[in-house]
Amino acid sequence: MLTAIEAKPASRTQRGWSHLDALEAESIFILREIAAECRNVALLFSGGKDSAVVLRLAERAFFPERVPFTLLHVDTEHNFPEVIEFRDRVVRDRGLRLVVRSVGESIRNGRVRLRTPDEPRNPHQSVTLLDAIAEFGFEACIGGARRDEEKARAKERVFSFRDEFGQWDPKNQRPELWSLYNGRVRPGENIRAFPISNWTELDVWQYVRRERIELPSIYFAHEREVVRRGSALVPVTGLTPAREGERVERLSVRFRTVGDITCTAPVASYAGTVDEIVRETERARITERGATRLDDQTNDAAMELRKKEGYF
Amino acid sequence: MRAIAPAARAGLLRFVTAGSVDDGKSTLIGRLLFDSKGLQADQITALEAASRRRGLTEVDLSLLTDGLLAEREQGITIDVAYRYFATPARKFIIGDSPGHAQYTRNMVTAASTADVAVLLVDARQGLQPQTRRHAYLARWVGIPRMVLAVNKMDLVVDAREAFERIRAQFHRFATGLGFAEVHEIPVSALRGDMVVSRGEALGWYDGLTLLEYLETAPTRHDDLARSRPGGQSRPLRFPVQRVVRVAGGNAQPDSGFEYGEFRGYQGTIASGEAALGDEIVALPAGTRARIAQILTADGELAHASADMAVTLRLDTQIDVSRGDLFAAPETAPEATQDIDAEVCWFDAEPLVASRPYLIKQGCATVRARFASLAHRIDVDSLRLVDGPDTLHMNDIAHVQLRTQRPLAVDPYESNRVTGAFIVIDEATNRTVAAGTVGRGAQG
Ligand SMILES: Nc1nc2c(ncn2[C@@H]2O[C@H](COP(=O)(O)OP(=O)(O)OP(=O)(O)O)[C@@H](O)[C@H]2O)c(=O)[nH]1
Repeated sequence: MLTAIEAKPASRTQRGWSHLDALEAESIFILREIAAECRNVALLFSGGKDSAVVLRLAERAFFPERVPFTLLHVDTEHNFPEVIEFRDRVVRDRGLRLVVRSVGESIRNGRVRLRTPDEPRNPHQSVTLLDAIAEFGFEACIGGARRDEEKARAKERVFSFRDEFGQWDPKNQRPELWSLYNGRVRPGENIRAFPISNWTELDVWQYVRRERIELPSIYFAHEREVVRRGSALVPVTGLTPAREGERVERLSVRFRTVGDITCTAPVASYAGTVDEIVRETERARITERGATRLDDQTNDAAMELRKKEGYF
Repeated sequence: MRAIAPAARAGLLRFVTAGSVDDGKSTLIGRLLFDSKGLQADQITALEAASRRRGLTEVDLSLLTDGLLAEREQGITIDVAYRYFATPARKFIIGDSPGHAQYTRNMVTAASTADVAVLLVDARQGLQPQTRRHAYLARWVGIPRMVLAVNKMDLVVDAREAFERIRAQFHRFATGLGFAEVHEIPVSALRGDMVVSRGEALGWYDGLTLLEYLETAPTRHDDLARSRPGGQSRPLRFPVQRVVRVAGGNAQPDSGFEYGEFRGYQGTIASGEAALGDEIVALPAGTRARIAQILTADGELAHASADMAVTLRLDTQIDVSRGDLFAAPETAPEATQDIDAEVCWFDAEPLVASRPYLIKQGCATVRARFASLAHRIDVDSLRLVDGPDTLHMNDIAHVQLRTQRPLAVDPYESNRVTGAFIVIDEATNRTVAAGTVGRGAQG
């Protein structure tokens, strides 16, 4: 993320109103609206590319004021170290407030019960998130989810209402006309706000390029030990060792998403710069989730069911 | 049609698809995505698998837009799904909206942000009540451009005759609605004719394909950027979204604002231009000041235009809060407590006219009463039905509102930001209705 003010054309309209200009303006409007309508707001910040873009948009929306949100990381403790290092550096450089609440803590205090010790922790983030919302009394949580990611997300409002159990009711969403967002909640209820709802993976990378947003190194091609499982590459790490009989290969890979290490798969790639990734994304033939998430492939409705339980 | 080169057009077009159930909406969207290479390999694989599960030998493109569990169970679309694709000319956001009357609120949710409506009709059936209803709603939310896609052309014997007949029928209906542009295109979503490629079957048609139309149609942004007939520029409207005060402690590091005090007004320009030194009037108070600074994170600007999100500073301290409107003094709207509007009721609970509701307009939220219900509009016949005593789900009516505080509003047809509002029930916090300000806005 840039801190210095770059020289840009005086008026964006002079060089045409690009799709990025339109998307950025919409996102800034949404972020300002959340700040104006909701008290005590958390911005979910994992250190991933989407949350880095949302944070950058927030900096642009509120400039010169510091981003008026608490950063919240719902930590699975199954992290890539590069991502956590990046997260902490961003927070430090900007003088922001970061709260970390971990799924591991929820497991240790009995709020989450795992079926197997090494199962992915992404689905269990809901409990930890809802606990954090209750603990801090957040009226709204801002997420970096995009509608192009998944079909339940494709249906969700920008201001998505959650009841006192954190539940999303997809059959009864608030009508959301024009840019008139309804952020009203009663105590215990919550708004999940998604300022980059209308962005695609390619838009995100183009914006990263335009704004020169810094990202964790694992987004760029690097050599890594992996094994092949089905069509996916699985990184070989302490948490995800190679299984009996699997052949460990060293390949040039990059991550398209970063999440729980046990269910995030890299793709084979030599794209080491943002320009190269933009080009690769333009030509990509597999969706982001299809390529990289091992947890949503089993069930067509996995995301919808998780959202109904309070997931972001 | 191609008067302006695509290069001069905004890079993002939003459109909504609508029409009666089974007219082929899902198939058309699938076709657009498929033929414009907007689908990825894993989506195509999933589509093939889903088609096979249903015992089909060919890929059923309509399965692509299948959404929620409940929707799949019932085989209907309940809520809008947004989809994204791009061609070298432009990016597109599709609001794929439900056909059932029960979910009108979701259809207008998608339509409210659209630049173009693509309305489908089955060439064998002609216009249906739901086609008319959607056309009316599209116009009510202010979509300026309408495409009537006459679908299933492969199923009619005399295709050209059928197309001309439906086209004439639609023209008669749509002229009354006041679209800036209505454009009819014969298509076969199933075969792909005139969607992305021209195909073989409809050689008699020499107009644009659907994609060509979408690639060249002006967006709202293009309309806003163009001056009005007669060369007048559009009047400045800047709803104040947020008052920002920075005093040392809460400045961004290295922003250059760590010392001293800063007070500004954040918002998005709804229309017109703001330039340094311009005089503005802050409504509803009516106080005046000049623009002293136009700030973005990229630095200062000399002027800013519609759709840009900026922070304005004024040369004098005046009392301004969120929800106020900055306007150019010569073209400022009146601030009024009496608003004529056309309201569409969404909620399952009918209006209780004796209760106050909340109105959110621009960035202002005020309490308001439904002072009178003039008449309900029968959307099929476009006839007015006098004297309703309440409003039920999906009713559209002309009403008079009395607001607790004055609001600066414009007629919706001249400004879709300052002329639109939603109605919120304070007891449930639900968005129960939406409205557009009528021409006789100032009571
Ligand atoms: N022959 C022919 N059949 C078509 C065409 N377009 C759609 N169909 C068929 O018409 C039926 C309905 O199409 P859908 O795309 O599911 O209709 P829809 O309007 O999306 O319906 P809802 O999603 O329920 O609102 C399907 O059996 C399609 O295969 C066409 O151009 N020609």
